Amino acid sequence: MTRSFVLAGALTLALAATAACGGGEEPAAADGRGPITLTDTQSHEEASRKIIDAWNAAHPDEKVTLDIQPKDADSQRQRLINNAQTKSDAMDVIMLDAVWTAEFAANRWVDELPADMVKADELLAPTLETAKYRGKLYAMPWLTGTGLLYYRKDLVEKPPTTWAEMKETCEEVLPKQEGMSCYAGLLDKYEGLTVSFAEAVQSAGGTVVDDSGTPTLETDAAKAGLNFLVDGLKAGLIPEEGITFKEDEVKNALQSGKVLFARSWASLYGTANASDSPVAGKVDVAPIPGLNGPGSGVLGGANLAISAFSKNKATARDFLAFFTSREQTKTWATINSTPVAHTVLYDDPDLVAKYPYLPSLKEGIIKAKARPVAVKYGDVTAAIQNAVYPALTGETTPDQALSGLQQQLAGLLKQ
Amino acid sequence: MRRGARWFAALMISPTLLVLALVVIYPLLSAARESMYVRGEGLDADGFVIEGERFVGLANYAGLVGERFVNAFANTTVFTLATVALETVLGVAMALVMHGVLRGRGLVRASILIPWAVPTAISGLMWRWVFQADGVANAIIGEKILWTTEGVQAKLAVIIADTWKTAPFVGLLVLAGLQIIPTMVYEAAKVDGASAWQTFWRITLPLVKPALVVAVLFRILDALAMFDLPFVMIGRGKFSVETLSALVWDEATQLRYGPAAAYGIVLVAYIAAIVFVFVRLLGADLLADARSRKGQA
Repeated sequence: MTRSFVLAGALTLALAATAACGGGEEPAAADGRGPITLTDTQSHEEASRKIIDAWNAAHPDEKVTLDIQPKDADSQRQRLINNAQTKSDAMDVIMLDAVWTAEFAANRWVDELPADMVKADELLAPTLETAKYRGKLYAMPWLTGTGLLYYRKDLVEKPPTTWAEMKETCEEVLPKQEGMSCYAGLLDKYEGLTVSFAEAVQSAGGTVVDDSGTPTLETDAAKAGLNFLVDGLKAGLIPEEGITFKEDEVKNALQSGKVLFARSWASLYGTANASDSPVAGKVDVAPIPGLNGPGSGVLGGANLAISAFSKNKATARDFLAFFTSREQTKTWATINSTPVAHTVLYDDPDLVAKYPYLPSLKEGIIKAKARPVAVKYGDVTAAIQNAVYPALTGETTPDQALSGLQQQLAGLLKQ
Repeated sequence: MRRGARWFAALMISPTLLVLALVVIYPLLSAARESMYVRGEGLDADGFVIEGERFVGLANYAGLVGERFVNAFANTTVFTLATVALETVLGVAMALVMHGVLRGRGLVRASILIPWAVPTAISGLMWRWVFQADGVANAIIGEKILWTTEGVQAKLAVIIADTWKTAPFVGLLVLAGLQIIPTMVYEAAKVDGASAWQTFWRITLPLVKPALVVAVLFRILDALAMFDLPFVMIGRGKFSVETLSALVWDEATQLRYGPAAAYGIVLVAYIAAIVFVFVRLLGADLLADARSRKGQA
C-alpha cells in the first residue's frame, strides 16, 4: 500500500509546484487613462471623498475610487509593499508616510514625478524635502506637521522658549498644583521615541544625521538633547510613567491635569479644547522650546505617490495635480485638521479662525527637520529606540547610548 | 488488498493529499528555499535597490547564535512553560467547578468561557488598559509598577493575560473528559471510603488524562507560536516580550525574508521536537487507537 501513497503524494506535489509557478507577468508599460484608485487612510476619508467627488463629477470616464487602508502605519506599509511585490495594478495613487519615500523610491515601487509638478515656492520647504529621494521628486507633498508645545494657559502666562524657562515656570507653578508634573512627551519605545529623541537633539542645536548622511551623535548638542530627557525623568519633571506614554497617554495626562506642558501633534488641539474635555479653553500651543531658544521639531506627514504598477498613470498624474492643488487642499483642510503642505494656507483667515494654532505650527515646521532618510528606515528607527530607551530607564549612560548609536547608524547608513 | 483496490484507495485520498501538499508542504519547502537566499541587499550608484536574489547557503542561519534570537527563543520557552503550567492547573479547576455545579450550570459555563471567546487582539487592548501606569492592576496592588516597560514585569503581564484568556480552553476540553467518566466509579470509591483528594488523584485524573493531554498539547502548540498578545499589549520592539513569531514577523517587515524564513524553519523544528517529546512521554495513548486498528488489519 505504501508505494501507491508515495506515488499519489509525488503526483500532488508536482501539481502543486506547477500551480505555484506561472505568475510573474511583466506589467504593461501603461501611460493610459481610465478609472484609478486612491489609497488613503481612514482618518482622511471624509475630506478626501469630498475632493474625489468633485473630480469624478468632471471626469466621468476617469473616476477615482477611494481605497481605505487599515488604521496602523505598519499594516498600511505592509499592504502597499505586498501590492508592489506582486506588481499589482490595484493601486494607483498611494499615500506614503514621509519616512517611507526613500524605501519606495529606491525599490522602484513608485514613479519619479516631473520636477515641474510642484511649485516649490507655494510649499513649506522642509515638507517638500520629505517627498524627495536623492534630490528627485517621487511624491506630491501633501500633509505635514511637527511637534507643538501644549500648555495650560490658565496657569502659564507666557509659554517658554527654552528648556530652562520651562523648568523655571514649572518650579513656580507646580507647588500650588497637586499631582501635576512639568512635561510629557512621546517616550514609549516606538516611533514616537525616535521623534522625541531627534527633536531633543535638534532643539539643542545638533542633528541626528547631517546632510551628507553621517550620524553626528558624539557631539555636545546630542548629549545635551538626550540629557534633557534623561535628567527630566530623573528629576521628576517628566513623570515616572512618562516612558509609557504614546499620543493617547499624553492626551490623557494633559486632560486630567497631570502635566503643565505636553508635546504632541496638531491633532491634539481639537481634542483638548473640545467641549467634553476637562481642560477645554485652558489649553494653548506654542513652538517647542530648545536649549538656547526655540527648538526644532521633527516632520511628520504624508505625501501622495504614483504606484509604478499603475495602468492609468496619465489619469493618476492629472488627479494628483488636482488633488494637491491649493484650492482643493484648502477644501480638504476645512474638513480635516491634519496640517497641509501649502505655506499660504497657514495665513488663510478662514483656516486660522478654525485652527488657531496654525501660526505657531508654521513657525515650527519651518524650523523642523526630517527624520534620517534611509531605504531601510525601519532598521534606523529601531536602532535609535534600542539605544535611547535604556538611557531613559537608566540602564545605560547617555554617553554609552550615543556612542553605540553613532556606530550602529554609521553602519546602517553607509550603503 | 487487491492491486486495483489499492489504486482506488490512493485515488480516493488524493484530494486530501493535494490540499495537504498545497497548504503544508509547499509553503514549508518554499520557506526552506527562501531561507537560503537574500534579496534586495545593497544600493546601486543611483540609490536604487539592487534587484534579484543571491544564494547564501546557511548564512541566514547565522543569526541563530545572535543575542536577539537567543532572547526570543528564551522568551518563547518561558512563556510556554509558565502559561501552559498555570493554564493546566486553572483549567482543571474550572472544569471541576463547571462539572460540579448544580444550579445555574449554563451561566457558570458561559461566564468561564467568555475570555476564550474574546479575540486576542481585543483582550490584548483590554489588558494593556489594565496594566497602564494608572490602570486597574496598579490600583489593586497599590503600587506604581510600569508593566509595559522593558523588564520582568512585562513578561509577567503577558503570562497573566494569556492565562486568563486560555485557561477556559483547557477547562472546556477537560470538562468534556469529565463528562464521560461513569458515575458508578465514583460510587464505588465512596463505598470503599476514599477521601475527596484520593478520588481526584486516583480516579478523576487518570480517567480524564486522555482529554487533558490533548488540551495541553494544543496549548503548547499555541503558546510556542505566541505573537499577538505581547505585540498588542506591551508593544512591538520590546525585547523583554519578543517571541520567535514576533522576531520572524519583524524580520519579514524589514523585508529580510531570508532570515525570517530561517527563523521560521527553526520555530517549526522546535515545535515539532517539543510535540514529539511530549507525545512520547505522555501521550502514547494518542496513537493507540490507530495502532490497534493497524494490528487488526
